Amino acid sequence: MQALTFKRGVHPPDGKALSAEQPIKVILPKVDSELYYPMSQHIGAPCEPLVAVGDHVKVGQKIAASGAFMSSPIFASVSGEVVDIRPMLVPGGATVKAIVVKNDGKMEEIEGLNQGRDYTTMTNEEILDAIKEAGVVGLGGAGFPTHVKLNPPKDTVIDHILINAAECEPYLTCDYRLMLEEPERIVRGLQIMLKLHPNAKGVIGIEMNKPKAIEAMTKACEGIDNITVQPLVTKFPQGSEKHLIYAITKREVKSGALPASAGCIVDNVDTVVAIERAIEKGRPLMRRIVTVSGKGIKNPGNYKIRIGMTLRDLVDAIGGFNEENPPVKLIAGGPMMGPTLYTLDVASVKTTSGLLCFTKEEAYIPEERNCIRCGKCVDHCPMGLMPFMLNHLALKGDGEGFVKHHGLDCIECGSCSYECPAKRQLAQSIRATKKIEAGKKAAAAAAARAKAEAEAKAKAEAEAAKN
Amino acid sequence: MGNFVVSGTPHVRSKENIQSIMRDVVIALLPATVMGIVYFGIPALTLIVVSIVSCIFFEWLYQKLMKKPITVSDLSAVVTGLLLAMNLPASAPIWLPIVGAAFSIIIAKQLFGGLGQNFINPALAGRAFLLASYPTEMTSWTAPVGFSGADAVSVATPLATLKTGVMPDATLTDVLLGTNIGGCIGETCAVALIIGGIYLLYKHVISWRIPVVYIATVFILMALIGRDGLRAPVYELFAGGLMLGAFFMATDYASSPVTAKGQIIFAIGCGLLTSLIRIFGGYPEGVSYSILIMNLCVPLIERFTEPKIFGALPKTKEAKKA
Repeated sequence: MQALTFKRGVHPPDGKALSAEQPIKVILPKVDSELYYPMSQHIGAPCEPLVAVGDHVKVGQKIAASGAFMSSPIFASVSGEVVDIRPMLVPGGATVKAIVVKNDGKMEEIEGLNQGRDYTTMTNEEILDAIKEAGVVGLGGAGFPTHVKLNPPKDTVIDHILINAAECEPYLTCDYRLMLEEPERIVRGLQIMLKLHPNAKGVIGIEMNKPKAIEAMTKACEGIDNITVQPLVTKFPQGSEKHLIYAITKREVKSGALPASAGCIVDNVDTVVAIERAIEKGRPLMRRIVTVSGKGIKNPGNYKIRIGMTLRDLVDAIGGFNEENPPVKLIAGGPMMGPTLYTLDVASVKTTSGLLCFTKEEAYIPEERNCIRCGKCVDHCPMGLMPFMLNHLALKGDGEGFVKHHGLDCIECGSCSYECPAKRQLAQSIRATKKIEAGKKAAAAAAARAKAEAEAKAKAEAEAAKN
Repeated sequence: MGNFVVSGTPHVRSKENIQSIMRDVVIALLPATVMGIVYFGIPALTLIVVSIVSCIFFEWLYQKLMKKPITVSDLSAVVTGLLLAMNLPASAPIWLPIVGAAFSIIIAKQLFGGLGQNFINPALAGRAFLLASYPTEMTSWTAPVGFSGADAVSVATPLATLKTGVMPDATLTDVLLGTNIGGCIGETCAVALIIGGIYLLYKHVISWRIPVVYIATVFILMALIGRDGLRAPVYELFAGGLMLGAFFMATDYASSPVTAKGQIIFAIGCGLLTSLIRIFGGYPEGVSYSILIMNLCVPLIERFTEPKIFGALPKTKEAKKA
C-alpha cells in the first residue's frame, strides 16, 4: 500500500534505536514509596478527592472524580494509606492538588475489579459509561476525555476511526513496542470503538520507519474487513491529529474545529489498549507505558509503570542516570514538543509518554541570530503559517497582528524552530503569544456573554416594570 | 538536584546554520570565480581579494564602533564581497571595490539592521552606487587575456553591441563559456554560473522558483518582443548578467519574498524589467536595476501572497464574521 502523508513538515533524526528493541518491562513502585495522583490529568474540569487523609485505598479504587461531563475520574494504582493531599508538580510545569498514597506493597485490589464484559452484548451507552468510569483519556499527550471524543454531537457523521500509531516524535518507542507485543489488544480496542460507530471504518496509521509494527498489526487485522493498516510517510508531525486525518482522508479539519467535524475520531495506540482493558478486563486506567531514553540514562527502554509514581522513583527503579555522562536536561515526552523538567520530583500522570534524559551534547542550545528571511520556516510549517512573521509580531508585542496572521492556528509542533538556520526560538515566542491572545479571546468572549446576559436581564426587568 | 536546564521546545535542531548556508553560496560561486580569474588574470584576482577583505573589514569596523556583537564569522560579508567583485569590470581600479564595499556593507546592510534586515541586495546596491558615481571606471570592458601578459584591449560587451543594432561577433558558445567576450569578472562564464546554481538548488539553499521563472520570463519576452531585427532569445539568456543575477542576486533571502507565490511574482517582475530595459532602455543591461527595483516591491508582494493556512475557513464565512 502506498504511504500517505501531509504537506510540508520536517525530518528530525529519530533517535529511536536507543530503546526500540527493548521489550516493555513492568516496573512496580517500591514498598513505602509515595505515589501522587494530581486532580487534573486531562482536559476539562479538575476532579475532587473522594478520599481523606488517613483513609486506606485499594488498587482500582476511584479516589477522585468530578460531576462535569468533560472530566475523567482518577484511580489508585497501589494499595496503601492516603498520607496527604497537597500541591504537587506535574510534567507540564504546573502545581496541582494531589492525593498522596503511601504504597503498602500488598497490591490489594478493590472488590468488583476484573469484571470484564463482552462488548458485543453491551449497549453503546454502557460502553461509553464503562470507558468514562475507567478514567480513559487520550494517552498521546493531550488527555482529552475519551468518552467525550467517542460521543460526538448527534448530527455529526463519523465515518473514520483512526488509530494514531505514527509515533512521529523522535526517541519515543512506547507505541511501537505495544504494537509489536500486544497487537491483538489494539485491534480489539478498535473493534469496541467501531461498535459505537458501526458505519465507520477503522484505520491504523503507522509510519514507514516501523516495518515490524506494520507487519504485526497487519497480521492482527487479518480477516477483519472494517479495519486496515495504513503506512504513512515518516515525517514530523505525522502524528498531529489534523495531519493524520489529512494524510488518510485528505480532509482538512477547519481552523478551530474538532476532528469529528471531518468525520473522524482519532485515538492513540495506548488509549485503545486502555479502552480494551476497561471493557474486557474491567480494569480502570492505572498504568501506562513510558519510554525512558536519551544518552543520560543508564538503561534506556520502555517501561510499564503505575500512574502516580514519581519520575525519580522510576529512574531509580531502572538503574539511574548514566554516571559517566549525566543528563543536564529532562524532557517529559518527545524532544519536539515535550516540556522540560527542572527536577525528577514530578508525578507521572496519564499523559506521561516519555522521559528523555539529555546529556550536555544532546541538550546543546545554539545561539539565536538575526532572521535571514530564508523562508525555511514557511516551507516547513505543517499549518501553512509564516512563523518568522509571527515571531516578529510576537517579539514586537503586536497581538492583533499575530491573530490576524493566524497565530492561534499554530499547533506548536516546533518544525519552524527545528529548521531555522538562524536558530531562532520561533515556536517558543509563538506559543507564549498564543497563550496571551487565547486568554484575551476567552476573556472577551466571557465579557460578551456576561454583557448579553446583563442586557437580557435588564430588558426582562424593564418589561416586568412596564407590566 | 534541581539544576536541570529548562528551555522552550523543540529540543532538537537541524545542523544547518547561517554559516553553512553562506559557505554553500561561496562554494557555488567558486566555478564562476575561477573562470573569471582564468579569463581576466591577476587584476581580477586582486579585485576579488580586495573586495572580500573590504567587506569583512567594514562589517567588523561598523560592529566594533557601534558596540554590536561581531558576526563576520557568519560569512555573509564574504558573499557580499565576492558578489560585488564579480559585478566589476576587470580593469577597475583597486579603490573601486573598497568604496563599493563601504556602501554595500555600511549603507545598504548595517544601517538597516545588518544581516537579514537589508531591503535591497547589498552587493547590487554597491554596484549601482559605483555605476552612478564612477560610470567610466565601471563600464571600461576589456577582452579576456588571462595570464598571457598581453595588454588588455578595450572591447564592447555582447549586449552593448546588440544595443547598437548589430549582432556581436561572439558566438553562442562564446557567451556560454565566456571566451572572447568582455564583461564583469563573474558574469561572462554562464556555464560556471549554472553549475553553481544547480549546486544551490541541490543543497536546498535556494528554490527553483526565482531563477527558473526569471530566466523563463526573459526568454519568452525576448522571443515575443525582441529587439528590432535581432531576435535571439537564447543568446540573450547567456550574454550579460542574467545567470549571475537570476541564481545569485535575485535569490538573496533578505531582499526577495519568502512566499512561494511571491517568489514567482517577484521573478516575473525581474524578467519583465530586465527585458524592457534591454529592449527599450538607455542601458545595454538591465539585470541589476530590475532586481533592485523588484527588491523594493517585496513587502508589497508578500502582503498579498500570504499562503493559505491548513484548515482555512472559507472566505465568505470570514466576511460574515467581520
